[in-house]
Amino acid sequence: MATAPAANDNARPSRLGPFLRSPAFGLVLVALLAAAPAAAVLLGQPFWLTMATRVAIFALAALSLSFILGQGGLVSFGHAAPFGIGAYAVLILADLGFTDALVAFPVAFLAGALFSGVTGTVALRTRGVYFIMITLALAQMAFFTFTSLSAYGGDDGMTLWARSTVAGQKWLKNDLTFAYLAIGLLALFLVLGNRVLASRFGRVFRGLKENESRLAALGYDAYPVRLVAYALAGGVAAVAGALLANQTEFVSPAYMAWQRSGDLIVMVVLGGLGPLHGAIVGAAVVLVVEETLSHLTEHWKIIFGPLLILIVLLRGGLIARILGGRRG
Amino acid sequence: MNTTLLLVQTLNGLQLGVILFLVAAGLTLVFGVMDFINLAHGVQYMLGAYLTATAVAWTDHFGLGLALGMLATLAAGFVLEILVYRHLTGRDHLEQVLATFGLILFMTEGVKMVFGASPIAMRTPEILSGSVVLMPGLLYPVWRIAIIASGLGVALLLWLLVARTRIGMLVRAGSTHAPIVSALGVDIDRLFMIVFAFGAMLAGFAGSMAAPILSVEPNMGDGVLILAFVVIVIGGIGSIRGAFLAALLVGLVDTLGRAFMTDILKLFFANSSAAKAGPALASMLIYVVMALILFFRPQGLFPAERR
Repeated sequence: MATAPAANDNARPSRLGPFLRSPAFGLVLVALLAAAPAAAVLLGQPFWLTMATRVAIFALAALSLSFILGQGGLVSFGHAAPFGIGAYAVLILADLGFTDALVAFPVAFLAGALFSGVTGTVALRTRGVYFIMITLALAQMAFFTFTSLSAYGGDDGMTLWARSTVAGQKWLKNDLTFAYLAIGLLALFLVLGNRVLASRFGRVFRGLKENESRLAALGYDAYPVRLVAYALAGGVAAVAGALLANQTEFVSPAYMAWQRSGDLIVMVVLGGLGPLHGAIVGAAVVLVVEETLSHLTEHWKIIFGPLLILIVLLRGGLIARILGGRRG
Repeated sequence: MNTTLLLVQTLNGLQLGVILFLVAAGLTLVFGVMDFINLAHGVQYMLGAYLTATAVAWTDHFGLGLALGMLATLAAGFVLEILVYRHLTGRDHLEQVLATFGLILFMTEGVKMVFGASPIAMRTPEILSGSVVLMPGLLYPVWRIAIIASGLGVALLLWLLVARTRIGMLVRAGSTHAPIVSALGVDIDRLFMIVFAFGAMLAGFAGSMAAPILSVEPNMGDGVLILAFVVIVIGGIGSIRGAFLAALLVGLVDTLGRAFMTDILKLFFANSSAAKAGPALASMLIYVVMALILFFRPQGLFPAERR
C-alpha cells in the first residue's frame, strides 16, 4: 500500500484539537444526537426522529468500519455484507418464531462476526489492493447468495412482520423508544470500542497499521490480531443491520449492495479516519447531505459524486481537519 | 444433463470469459503500471455499450457505429484521465477508492439522466444475427460466436502489443519497475495515460459486444467490474496472461455452475432442497473458487514479479 503522506502538512493543532479527539468528545456527540429525538417529539417533527435514528444506526455501522479501517488500516470494501447479514438474521429468526431482540440481536452479532471471521481468514492473507478487491468480491458473494434465497423474497426482499420484542414486550413499536435503543447501542459500542483500542490487544492492532515488521520483531503475530478485530467489527456492523431491519421493518439484499459498502467508507473518511467517534460525524454529514440533495433533485448523485472527488483532490475534508485526524 | 447442453453452456462460459478478459485486461494493466485501483472501470464498459448503441442507431450501420463508439470511448478515457485519474496516481489506495466511487456515482447518474433509467436495445447486424448449426441438434447464435472470436482476436493482438512492441515493453517494464523505467527517461505519466485510455476502450469494446445479448442499462458495469476484480485477483494483478486464463476459468465456472448446480445437487439431495440450494450455491461458486485459490496462493496464479 502506498504510504500515506505525513499528517502534519496542515495539522496545526488548535487548543480544541486534543479535546475533539478525546473519547469524552465522542460522548458529547452521542449526547447531541440523543437530544434530537426528544426535540423532534417536542417540536412535532416526526421526520427528525426518523433521521436521528438513521444517523445512529449508520454511525454504529461506520464506527465498526472505522475500527478496522481508521485504526487498523484495513480498507474493507465489503462492510455492507455483515451489516446485511445482521438484518437477515432478524428476518430469518422472526420467520422461525424468535421475535425477541434479546435473541435476535446477539444472534445477529454472532452471524456477522462469523461471516467476517470466515471470510477474513482468506482476505487477511492478502494486502493492499488485493484486500480491497477481495472484501468487495466476498461481500458480493453474500449479496448474490441472499438474492437467490427465494424463501426470503430473493431479489425483492421481504417485509418484517413486526419489530422485535424486548423480553416479550412491544416497546420498540414506539419510534421514540426505538430511537433511544439505537442511540444507546451506539453509545455502548463507542465506549466498548474505545476500551478495546486502549487495551493491550487494541494497541497491538493499531501498531500493526504503523509498522508491522516492528511488531513482528517484538513477537506479535499480525494475522490472529487482525482476524479477531475484523470479526468483532463484522459483529457490530450486523447489530447495526439488525437495527435498520427493525426501523424500516423491511429486509432486502440491497442492504449489502456494494454501494452501501462505499457509503460506509465515505462516512468513515469524512469522519476523519481518526478516533472512532468521527464515524458519528461522518454518518450524520453523509445522511444530511444525501437528504438535502435529494430534495433538490432526484439525480442528487450527480452532485454527490463530484463532491467526493473534490474532497479527495482537495486533500481531506473540513471535518477531518476539525477533528484533527489523519486523512485518507 | 446431456452433451448438447454441456457444449452450449461451455460456449456460453467461454463467451462470458472473453468479455471478462476484455474488461480485466485494462484494469490489471492500470493497476500494474501505476499501482492504481480503479473502481470506475465498469463505468467504461457501460459507457462503451451506450455510446456504441447510440452510434449504431444514428449511423444505422453496425461497423461504423462500433468504430465511432470505440473512438468516443477512447476519447472519454483520455478526458477522464486528464480530469480525474492523473491527479490520483501515487495517492493512497483509500483515496483512489473514494474518488473513483464518486466517479461511478456521477457517471451512472449522468447516463441515467441522458439516456433514461430503462434499458435500451441494440440490434445485432444482419449477417451476424440468427443461429448456425454447430453439430446435429446444436443450434448456436452467430452473435455469441462473433463475441468469442473477436474477443480471442483482441486477446491475441493485445499479447502481440504487450510482448512484441516497444510500447508493450515499456508497459511490462513499468508494471514491475516503474521508478527505474522513469529514471531511464520514459515519461511514465504519458505511458499511464495511454494505457488507461486504451484499457477504457477495451472495456468499452466488451460492453459494445455484450450489448445485443444483455440489456444496456446504467448499472450494467457493476456486476462485470466485480467479476473482473475476481479475475485479476485470481490471475495475479498486473499479469495479462493470468487475466486471460482466470477470465476463462471464471466464465466457465460461473456459467456451468449456474446451469448444472441444481442438477448435480439432485443426485445427492431431495429435489426440493436441491432446487432451493442450487441457485444460491451456484452464485457463490466463483467466490469459493477464488477463496480457495487465494488461500493457497495469496498473490494469485501468475503474479507479476514485483521489485
